[in-house]
Amino acid sequence: MTAKDYQAAAQKAIPPSKSYKNIPMAFLVGGLLCVLGQAVINLALSFGLEKDMASACGSISLILLSAVLTGLNVYDNIAKHAGAGTLVPITGFANSMVSPAMEFKSEGYILGLGAKMFSIAGPVLVYGISASVIYGLILVIMG
Amino acid sequence: MLTDYLWAFLVGGGICAVGQLFIDYTKLTPARILVSYVVVGVILGGLGLYQPLLDFAGAGASIPLTGFGALLAKGVREAVAEQGLFGAFSGGLTASAAGIAMAIFAALVVALLAKSKDKS
Repeated sequence: MTAKDYQAAAQKAIPPSKSYKNIPMAFLVGGLLCVLGQAVINLALSFGLEKDMASACGSISLILLSAVLTGLNVYDNIAKHAGAGTLVPITGFANSMVSPAMEFKSEGYILGLGAKMFSIAGPVLVYGISASVIYGLILVIMG
Repeated sequence: MLTDYLWAFLVGGGICAVGQLFIDYTKLTPARILVSYVVVGVILGGLGLYQPLLDFAGAGASIPLTGFGALLAKGVREAVAEQGLFGAFSGGLTASAAGIAMAIFAALVVALLAKSKDKS
């Protein structure tokens, strides 16, 4: 078997990318989570909350829902099929905190649960907040 | 009212589908994708490009993590306008405090109550 043959054979053995399935699933699940958020926002608006607070209510409700579903081991089962559809929404951020917090509880409440909660959320906050501080400094300088 | 939901679905779903493209066709890990989405949200928010999407798609733009980044940028912009330099440091967390506190507290309570699934 020449190197070329081998490469052709190896190429065939690689399982085909499941993008044709992954991408519609991510779209569907991510879109539905946003629809759920919109329902909460519209409900909050109908109670007379102002726009910013209604938007925050939508996010907070989804965070709470995600935390509970993660605790029941439901969220991770959905995530297996939905990929980025459950990762990119704010529910994925909450899941990334709850999941390691549960898993590492056995290593203690401080350095297990408390520290591992931020293994993914930590970097998100570090770079997100730092980017916003840089933006603020640019605004002050240009002010 | 119904169009609210339609645009939230299409825009939110679209942002998630882009994330799936990164997972399928690049070597970006989920953690890197989350970090990138937040930073991109801060940049788009800072350039004033994200607010039109928020006005148009509502939760479709605020629920994806880019919305979290845009919220940080918006908080900083408003705080700098009111408080100057101090606002550059206080604005981001002030605007996003409710979401962050809810995520931390919910994670703690759920982790205390829940049993982790068997890893065996």
